[in-house]
Amino acid sequence: MNEISVKVGLASCGVAAGARDVYLKLEEYLAANPLPVKLMQTACIGMCFEEPIVEFSGSQLGRMHVGKASPDSIIQIMEDYLKGIAPNQNVILAEKLAGTHNELLANQHRIVLRNCGVIDPKSLADYEAQGGYQALKKALTMDKAAIIEEIKASGLRGRGGAGFSTGLKWTFAAKAISEKKYVVCNADEGDPGAFMDRSALEGDPHNVIEGMIIGAYAMGADEGYIYCRAEYPMAIEHLKIAIDAAEAKGYLGKNILGSDFSFDLHIKEGAGAFVCGEETALMQSIEGKRGMPTIRPPFPAEKGLWSKPTNINNVETWANVAWIIMNGAEAFRAFGTEKSPGTKVFALAGKIAGSGLIEVPMGIPIKDIIYKVGGGMKTAKPFKAVQMGGPSGGCIPAEKLDTIVDYDSITATGAIMGSGGMVVMDSGTCMVDVARFFLNFTQNESCGKCTFCRIGTKRMLEILTRITEGKGKLEDIEELQELSENIIKGSLCGLGQTAPNPVLTTLRYFKDEYLAHIVDKRCPAGVCTALVSYRIIPEKCIGCTACARKCPVNCISGTVKQAHVIDASKCIKCGACQKACKFEAVIKE
Amino acid sequence: MEQDFKALDAILAKYRDRKGFLIPLLQEVQNELGYLSQETMKHIAIEMQVPAADIFGVATFYSMFRLKPQGKHIIRVCKGTACHVSDADGIKKALVEALQLPDGENTTADMHFTLMEVACLGCCSLAPVIMVDDMTFGKLVPEAIPEVLEKFRY
Repeated sequence: MNEISVKVGLASCGVAAGARDVYLKLEEYLAANPLPVKLMQTACIGMCFEEPIVEFSGSQLGRMHVGKASPDSIIQIMEDYLKGIAPNQNVILAEKLAGTHNELLANQHRIVLRNCGVIDPKSLADYEAQGGYQALKKALTMDKAAIIEEIKASGLRGRGGAGFSTGLKWTFAAKAISEKKYVVCNADEGDPGAFMDRSALEGDPHNVIEGMIIGAYAMGADEGYIYCRAEYPMAIEHLKIAIDAAEAKGYLGKNILGSDFSFDLHIKEGAGAFVCGEETALMQSIEGKRGMPTIRPPFPAEKGLWSKPTNINNVETWANVAWIIMNGAEAFRAFGTEKSPGTKVFALAGKIAGSGLIEVPMGIPIKDIIYKVGGGMKTAKPFKAVQMGGPSGGCIPAEKLDTIVDYDSITATGAIMGSGGMVVMDSGTCMVDVARFFLNFTQNESCGKCTFCRIGTKRMLEILTRITEGKGKLEDIEELQELSENIIKGSLCGLGQTAPNPVLTTLRYFKDEYLAHIVDKRCPAGVCTALVSYRIIPEKCIGCTACARKCPVNCISGTVKQAHVIDASKCIKCGACQKACKFEAVIKE
Repeated sequence: MEQDFKALDAILAKYRDRKGFLIPLLQEVQNELGYLSQETMKHIAIEMQVPAADIFGVATFYSMFRLKPQGKHIIRVCKGTACHVSDADGIKKALVEALQLPDGENTTADMHFTLMEVACLGCCSLAPVIMVDDMTFGKLVPEAIPEVLEKFRY
C-alpha cells in the first residue's frame, strides 16, 4: 500500500478557523494508532471560506481536499479515505471525485502561488523538490544584463499597485554607479481588505527570497531588506526560518553557490504605519526614522537607503522573478494582455461566496472573477460594487463589470489595480459610508507632512460624516470635488494623491446615494443609523411580544396577539427588535 | 526615583553600532517592559546618543508603540474593509460594553485588558475578526464577545 499523505493548511486564516486543533487531533491519533499515513503541514490554498482545509492523497481516491474540517470528524474521514471511501460532504477539490469547487480553481492560473498550499513552507527541501533555487543556479550562469533584459521582455509590471515596468526599474538601479547597493522587498501590505502578500510569504517564502537574490545579483546589490508589517507574525516567522535555511545551504551569504557573488538578507518589522508602504517612507523607516515620504527625485535607484542606490519591489513582483527566469519571458507573456502580461493575485473578501486568495491571468473580466472564480454573491442580496485598490482605489459598479483586469482598463474606471484587494459589496452596503470609512482610514494614516493631505482629508471626512448623519447640504458635493482635486495636486506621495479616489468614484457612480442622504434624508442601504427608522408591518406581526420584551427603551407598545407599534420618537435604533422578531415583521428603512 | 535599568541596558548593548537600530530596539524594549515610559526613552537617549526628541518622534509616529501601561491581554479589533462591511462597529461596541471601559480609556481599571483598533489583520474571509494576544477569532457576532473574553479572564 502506498503511503497516504495528509496535509493540514496551517496559514493564519486556517489557524484562526481552528486548523491547529485538527492537526493536533490527527497527530495524537496517529501517535496512538500506527497507520501508513504521513502527516504534513502546508499553508494556504486560497479557499479561506472553507477553512480548515485538509488534503488527502495517495489512495485510489486520488488527491482530495476536505473543507470545514473539525477535530470531531477528521479521524473518521481519514479512516474512510484509507479504505477508499469518500466522505459524503465537504469535498471541495478533488482529482477523481466531484469537488464542489473544482470549477472555481479551473479558472485560475498559478505562478506566484504555485507552491502555496502545496509545500510545507518551513521546509527548504520541499521548495527544492518543486524546482526551487534552480532559477538562481541558472541566473548565476547568465550575463547580468541578460537577466534584466529577460525581466524587461516579460513585461512584468510592479504588483504593488502603480504598475511601473520592473525591468526598467532594475535597469536604473543596475546603471547607478556605487560600491554599495540595496534591494528591498516591500511587504508592508497595509491596505485594509488585502492579504495577498501575507499568504505568499506564509505559503512560499523561499520563492520571494530567490527572486530577491536573482535581482540583487543582476543589479549588483550585496544587501537586502524585507520590510514586513508586524501584524503578520507568521509571515515573519516563516521568512526567518527560510533565510536561515537558505544561508545554511549557501543560497544566501558569502560566495553564493561558489560564485563571487555575496548577498545578505535581513528582515525589518514594521511598527504600524500605513504610509510606510510608500517607498521613500519605507526607506526612512528602515533607517530608524519616522516614516515620512521624501521628494522624488532623487529616486531610490540613484539615492535610496542610506543614500545608496536601492531597488524596491513588492512581494508579488519578486515572487514572479524566479518563474520568469526559469520559464522565459515568452512563457510569461502567454498569460495576460499585451500591456499587462502575467497573472495577478487578488484577495476576495466582503459579500462574496468564495472569499479567499485567487490568482488569475490578467485580462480576465472582473465579472468572471466574481462569478466564475469567486462563486458569486454570498447571499441573495444583489451585487452593488466591487472595491479595488483599498483606500487608494475606488468602487466599480455593476455596469462596469465587463472591465478587464489590466492596469490601464482599471485606471480608466477611476479605481486602481492596487495591490490586489477586492472587496465585494451588495445592496446592504452604503456607498457614502464606504467612502467615509476609507477617508477615515487615510485621515488617520496621513503622516502630516503635506497640508492638503493632513487638513484636506480631515475636511472631507467632516463633510462625509455630516452627510451620513443627515446634515448634508447640496454644496457639499461640490466642495468634496474641489477638495479632492487640490489634495491630489498638493500631496507629495501616493497616499495623499490617491486618498480622494474612494470619494470620487462613489460620486461618479453612486451620486444618487449621496443625493438620497442629502435631499431625502434617507440611507437607501439602511446603514447610516441617523437616517434609518424601524417599523413593524402590522400584517406580519402576530403579537408575540418578543420585540417589546427586548426593547431597551420600552418604545414598543401593543397587546398580546395584536400588532405592535414602535414609537419612533423614543427609538434609539439599536436593532434589537429586528433581531428578536422571528416573523420578519420588523423592517429597517 | 532612580529606576533599575539593568534589563534595559542588556538590550541596548545588542544594538550599539547597528545601523537603523532605533525601531527594532524600541520594539524589543517595549516587549520587555510593556510600554515606553518617558524615563525609559530618556535613558535610551543618553545611552545610545540619540536626541530624546527623535525617540519620542518615532514612538509617537508608529501605532505599535505604547506610551502608557497596558493591560495583561491586548484585544485588537480589526477595522479593515471586509470587517467594516460586516459590522466591526457592532463588535467594538460589544467589547467596550463587556469590558466596561470608561470614556476615553482603552485599558480596564484592573489592568487586565487593553482594547485597540487595527487597520487590517489580513483574515478578511473570517470577518469580522478580533485578535486577543496572538489568537484570532473570526466570524463574530456581538453576542459572542462575552464568551471570547471569558477565555482570558484569568
